[in-house]
This record gives sequence, C-alpha cells and structure tokens, in this order.
Amino acid sequence: MAVSPVLPKLVGQRIKRREDPRLIQGRATYVDDIKIVDMQHVAFARSDVAHGRIRSIETSAAAAMPGVEAVFTGAQIAEFVEPMPIGTPGPSPDHRPVAVDIVRYVGEPVAVVVASDRYLARDAADAIVLDYETLPAVVDPEQAMIGEPAVLHADFPNNLAVSLVPSGTGVSVDLQTVDDTAINKAFAEAEVVVSQRMENQRLAPTAMEPRGVVAHFEPGKETMTIWSSTQNPHILRTFIAAMTGLGQDQVRAIAPEVGGGFGAKINIYGEEYVVAALSKRLGLPIKWIEDRSEAFLATTHGRDILGYVDIAATRDGKVVGLKLRLIADVGAYNMLLTAAIPTLTTLMANATYDIPAIRTTLTEVFTNKTPTDAYRGAGRPEATYFVERAMDMLARELGMDPADLRRKNFIKPDQFPYATQMGAVYDSGDYERALDLALTNAGWAELKQQRDAAKAEGRLVGLGLAMYVEVCGLGPSSTLPTGGWEHAQVTIERDGRVSATTGASPHGQGNETTFAQMLADQFGVPIEHITIHHGDTSVVKQGIGTFGSRSQAVGGTVLHMAGAKVKAKMAKFAAAIIEAHEDDLIFEDGVIAVKGSPGSGKSFAEVAAYAYRPVPLPEGLDPGLSDEAFFEPANNTYPFGCHISMLEIDRDTGEPTLLKLVAVDDAGNLVNPLIVEGQIHGGLAQGIGQAMIEEFRYGDDGQPLTATFMDYAIPRAADFPRFELDNTVTPTPVNPLGAKGVGEAGTLGSTPCIVAAAVDALSEFGITHIDMMLRPEKLWRIIHGGQS
Amino acid sequence: MANISITVNGKPRTAAVEPRLLLVHFLREQLNLTGTHVGCDTSQCGACTVLVDGRSAKSCTIFAVQADGSDVTTIEGLAAADGQLHPMQVGFWEEHGLQCGYCTPGMILSAVELLNDNPSPTEQEIRHGLDGNFCRCTGYQHIVNAVQHAANKSQG
Repeated sequence: MAVSPVLPKLVGQRIKRREDPRLIQGRATYVDDIKIVDMQHVAFARSDVAHGRIRSIETSAAAAMPGVEAVFTGAQIAEFVEPMPIGTPGPSPDHRPVAVDIVRYVGEPVAVVVASDRYLARDAADAIVLDYETLPAVVDPEQAMIGEPAVLHADFPNNLAVSLVPSGTGVSVDLQTVDDTAINKAFAEAEVVVSQRMENQRLAPTAMEPRGVVAHFEPGKETMTIWSSTQNPHILRTFIAAMTGLGQDQVRAIAPEVGGGFGAKINIYGEEYVVAALSKRLGLPIKWIEDRSEAFLATTHGRDILGYVDIAATRDGKVVGLKLRLIADVGAYNMLLTAAIPTLTTLMANATYDIPAIRTTLTEVFTNKTPTDAYRGAGRPEATYFVERAMDMLARELGMDPADLRRKNFIKPDQFPYATQMGAVYDSGDYERALDLALTNAGWAELKQQRDAAKAEGRLVGLGLAMYVEVCGLGPSSTLPTGGWEHAQVTIERDGRVSATTGASPHGQGNETTFAQMLADQFGVPIEHITIHHGDTSVVKQGIGTFGSRSQAVGGTVLHMAGAKVKAKMAKFAAAIIEAHEDDLIFEDGVIAVKGSPGSGKSFAEVAAYAYRPVPLPEGLDPGLSDEAFFEPANNTYPFGCHISMLEIDRDTGEPTLLKLVAVDDAGNLVNPLIVEGQIHGGLAQGIGQAMIEEFRYGDDGQPLTATFMDYAIPRAADFPRFELDNTVTPTPVNPLGAKGVGEAGTLGSTPCIVAAAVDALSEFGITHIDMMLRPEKLWRIIHGGQS
Repeated sequence: MANISITVNGKPRTAAVEPRLLLVHFLREQLNLTGTHVGCDTSQCGACTVLVDGRSAKSCTIFAVQADGSDVTTIEGLAAADGQLHPMQVGFWEEHGLQCGYCTPGMILSAVELLNDNPSPTEQEIRHGLDGNFCRCTGYQHIVNAVQHAANKSQG
C-alpha cells in the first residue's frame, strides 16, 4: 500500500524565496560592498560634448593632487588596453574603452584617475581640463542615413552600420537572393492596406544598482579576480582573460549580489577592461562604482527602433501581407550585441499570426548617442509593438473587434511546430485559449459597455488588447556568439546535503529557490538541505549566464540532467546496501527505499556516507557522488500571451491613467508561480513605463535631456493599478521540463495594448495612432486641436 | 575635519569626518553598514533611506555632520536584538516583495515609517506613501502586499 510522502512536492508551489533573509537584513554583498586592503578608486572624466575632436587633455593638476596614484588619457590607456569586444559578425567601428582623438557621445570616457579615496578620485577627475573642437552632432537617425549633418566613423559612410538587410518571404537564408513576387502580389491584390510610421523610443534600463567593478590582480600568484555587477561572469572572464593576456584559468570572475540587470549588464564594458588592466599594471586592487548620472550616459540604452509598417488584408479580416521597414538608432558604437538586437525584431515579425507573405528590411544607424544593446525583451517588444499596433489599426479600419481580427489570423494549435516566414520554428502554442481566458477574465463585453457609458458622459476611456509571442530559452549555440548551452553540477556531500552549481547567474530571478525546489523533489530531501552556488567562476566551472529568459528553460533543464546522473549513481550505491535492484528504488522523505516498502530503505545521508567510504566498493562504481552536465537546446522556446488594458485620459489635462491591466501569460510549466508572478509584474511595469512615461531624449545638439531621475521617469507605486494575472500552460517540447521562460514577457503585450487603449479613448478625434510615450501634453494637443 | 557623535542602531559612534562626507558614506565606508545602498545622486530613488530620530531620511542627501547628535537606524538595526525579524521584514519575505534586493532596505524603512504614521493604510495610501522609493524589479504589487501583511500583523 502506498504511503503518501511527508515532504510535499515543491515544484509548482508558491514558496517564499531562500535569497530573502540576507536581502531584507542588509547582509547581502553587492560590488560596492567589497573592500580590500590598499584598494584604490577609479573615476572617469567623460565627454560633455556629443561629437568633438579632442584638442588637449590637461591632467597635470589632477595628477598633482594628494592621494592621486595615476592619471591616464585615452591615448595612454590605448597603449595597454585592447579595443572593446564585439560579439556580432560583420564590420564594426573601432571602439576604445577610453576615447582617443574623437568623442562620439556625451558620457564617453576621455580620461581615468586612480586615487586612494572615492571623493579624491572624483575631485581629480573634475580637475582634468578638456578642450574640444566641436563637431556637428548626428541626432536624427533618418538624417544620419544620408550622412547629415556629419559622419561618425570614416569607414561607415552615411553612418550606416547595417543597410537595408532584407528577410522574410522570398529571401534566401544567406540573404543573397530576394524574390519579391509573393509580397508584391499580396499587397497588389489586398482589399485593404494600412500603413503607419511608429517610434519605439529609446529607454534607459536603470537597474537600481548602477554598475560597478573591483579588480584585484595579485602579482606573484599571477591571478586576477574581478567582481562585476554582471549577468554573465563566465563571459566576462573569457574577455578579461583575452584582454589582459592571462589564461582563463588565471582569471576568476565573480558576480556577487547583482542589483538588477534587465539586459544592460550582459555587455562587456570599457570600465571593466580599464579597471582590470589598471589593477594588473599597478599591482593594486581597484574599484569603480558608477554614479547614477554616469549610468544614464554610460550604461547601454534600449529600444530606439523606428518602424514603417504596412499591413495588407482582405475586407473580411484575413491578413495577407506585412511589410516592416526598420531603422534602428544604435548610438555611437556597436557594443557586444548591439547589432544583433534589432534582428530579433525582424525574427518575430510573424507574431502570433499565419501571415502568408512578410518582408522586413533592417537598417542600423550610428548617431551621437549612448550605444544601445539588450534591454528587457531586446527586439521582441519592438516586433510585438509594430505588428500589434498594425493589427489594432487594421481592426479599426475594418470596423472589427480587435479580438475577432486576431482570432481570424492566429496560427492554430495543430500547426505547431510552425515554421514562420522569418525562419523561426515556433515550438508550441494555443493562442486562442490565451485570448479567450483574457477576454473572460477582463470581462471584455462588460468593459466595452463601461467604456461606452463613460464616453457617453464625455469621459475619454479606451480599451486595448494585444497578443504576443516571444523567443526565449536562448538558445542554440549557432544563434549566440558565446554559445547557448548551460552547465550545472550536482554534488551529494558526505553528510547527505546537496550542493549544486549553475551557470545561470541570477540578479533577482530567484534561481536559488526555484532550482532548490527542483532538486528537493528530484532527491526527496528537504529544501533546507540544498545550496545553489552561482556567480563565481572558481566555484561554477562553466556557464553562459542569465538573459533571454533562459534560466529555467536552459539552466533548469541542465540542473535536472546533472541531478539525474548523480541520482542514478546514488541508486546503485543504495541498491548495494539495501540489496535491491536500483530500478525499484524511490527517493522520498530523505530515504532511499524499495518502492512500496519504506521500511526497507536507508537514509539519504547513510547512502551518501557509504558512497564516500565504499567498503565494499560495488562492482563497476567509483567513489563519490558528483556529476555535471551541459545542455544544448535544439531550439528556442516561444512563450505567448494576451494583455488587455483600460485607460482614461483627462480631457482637461491630457493626463492618462491606467485603470486596468489583465494579463494571461503562457510560459509552459512553472516551478514557482509566486516568482513567476513577480517576473510578470516587473515586466509589465517596464512595458507600462515605456508606453506611458519613459523616454530617453536628446536635444538637437546631442545633449541628453533626461539624464537624471528628475527628468527620466521610471514608474512609482502609484502609477499602477493592481495587475490581474492568469496563465495557461502549453509545455514546450524543446526541453524535458516543458518550461519556456518568463522574465521578459511582461514587456511585450503591455506597450501595444496601452497605446491601443489610448487611441480608443481618443477615437472621437479621428486619430488612429499615437507614438509612445503618452505624454499628457501630446494627448492634450490631440484633444484640443493644438490650441493653447 | 569635524567631530561627530551619532547613535547608530543603538550603539554610540564618534568619528572625525570631512564636513562634505555624506551620511550614507559614513555609514557604509566608516561603519561598514553596507546594507544602506546608493541608487542615484539626485535624491529620487530612496535606496539610501534610513531612519533619523525615527523619521525616514535619504542618507545620500544629508551630511554626516548634519546627523551629529541624532539616533540613526539602518536596515541592519531593524530586527530585534535576538534576531527576530521586524514585521515589515517578514512581510517582504512572505509576500515576495523583493527581487534583486537593492531597493529593499530603503523600501522597508520607508514602509516602517509609513505604518508608524498610519497603521492601517489603504492600498492607495501605501502606493502614495512609497512615492520616494523606486523599485525596478517588482512592479510594486508584491511590495504593497508586503506592507499590507505587516499592517495586518501589527493590527492582529
């Protein structure tokens, strides 16, 4: 007779996080909390012009200040620090960690000070006198494409980093042949075509912890330890080793507690190179901590893609063609993944729809702005926004309910795996189920009545709906310059406790909890007996990192695989002392026993102890219980969902208020729904922030206008209603867990559904589209016809 | 240099400091109380929030010399002497009110003051009461739940 286990199964449970006790008591260690004897502090002098030729850098006053160890100009740094790495194929301009001769954005480093104290370093950096010949600033990406008013990089005429690269229907995989027949036919025969220029504006990622680096080269040992606020310490180690000329065995990279990343801490930064190189050169531990004012300028920005969208359909609402011409303003340089991010926008142009002909073209343009790179969603929110806005406009043009238009065009469940026009293979999906659940949860019909009643009273209330599908669980190694696998090691210690390492280095995702939940179930031991190690390349042998919603789908999968290997070996040891067949054993409640007779078993700790003093050693076994695994995903995963919003705009002030946000997300199987909810909430907050209040702006002279929290609005608690979440579960066949990933989902559906609601609220004024963000002044002008 | 005497988490501390030294740097660099974080340099984000004589204060915006003679509580001093967590810390843990944890110490201390002033706030009062503290991870909903959890426990 089966006895039900005492220890509850934890996968699928809303358990509270194991990370939290240190975080709520101020006992965590972030980079800035690290102190080393004799540690020196670095400050950077940065360009205050957008584009200029350096005439002179006067450093003698700074160098003479008490406590100043050394001062270096860009040219001096270039003598011993390599140019910045680029992770994408194709030509990229030379990018020095500290500018040489020409500065190309406000905030670009021009000189470096090393001093004994942070305040002194800042004083000395401020004492450096810079003289520039100012050059015309390139700010508007469409002007930049014709080389006006200047060219940033001599080898890139018209500022074109990438020009008019086509993809989609009729484009060969190698991009060498382009056949326009299908897309032209679709548009020629279409009964309705809707076209719109749309801006997906520039954002500042603004993790609450700015970046920071501590590097400690130890002469004699010839080893380098580098602590950095990074999402991927192993990738950092690879580049720091190559740059310093050390072997990867001599470099230890540590991501300690990391205070948020959101994609902006994937990149390898010049400050990391400079601090590491200076520590090696000076033989001293060196720290650099980014100010928030620096972070707005020196940490990569996100989005900033202009889309010209044309959608073609029949009168009864079948989409027959889509054209998407993208212009990405990538700022002044290519960073690690800059050039690749907009390609994720083209990759996802099919959205959730069975569209027979799609053509995208992508142009990437250099401007005198902070470089862009990954920001939560990284290319997929842009794709979702462009396509969903076009669908919303089409529904309005056709007089259809936006849900009905979507339903008519969905890829159907029996079409998966679905090869898109863009070369993706969607793994699994049931889009109509997510739509129906969202409509039910929102009370779509009643919401429409409420909207109509409000409008009848003269209030400006609107509804918006958007679907999304994203590409997560990154990914096959062919798609990532770093490789896309992940690594884990699981060790049963001699006392029966469990240690595991993961290369998926977290920064708020809660992997210490979710991964321990999985191992607790796998081994039938209390979660308190498990420790998850991460973020230190000396402890975690290999890894890629955390980005692209990959922790669970790739990192979780490989952890499970490593656990299975160890469990199989442990079962053999157990079988030897229980005198049973290993296949008959179950691991439950801290006991390994023959299934159905728990009294027959040995405790988990007893078996562990035996494995480390195996007397006698069972035939065919080595001592010990530790094994590792690598997992290479065969495909990405494609989570999806539906978001619905209700928004009201004040007729007198133009101020928008989000009244309701309903989200249904499908991330496949979930390990900890509480953590998943937190991830979705956070994504929603950033998406709503983009739709309503966030925009990084530059003046015509390339001066940033929003480089402090006084000017750049990140959402506060009172900006949101209570989000209403639900989920469907469509497991992926790509990994044995069926998990798809969820970290970025919230940023996808929220922007188009909120803009759709704003357009709906203002429909009486004849508008069909509004560019983000929904600045009250912009809305007021629509309401009041531009009169002041 | 100026001599200051500040009681921090119940312990009297004296030091000679530069007049320009910010309170947050005095706490972090001289007392090694690194639980108080710096998230901006314009007094918006609230990561550096501590309690000065029982009122929340952004410690990046006052000089250490201005806190001379005052009683400062940082996140390290919030739990009871026997280690028992403050109800607000419990609330944040139970309700998943944090992700990366960087804003959390300041958020918790602002929330402590919020409940001191208003022991049973409405949801809107909580949201407005936390106006001076930014979180980029959570979307705030679980933070609101955490404050409600603490309020209910304190009422209970």
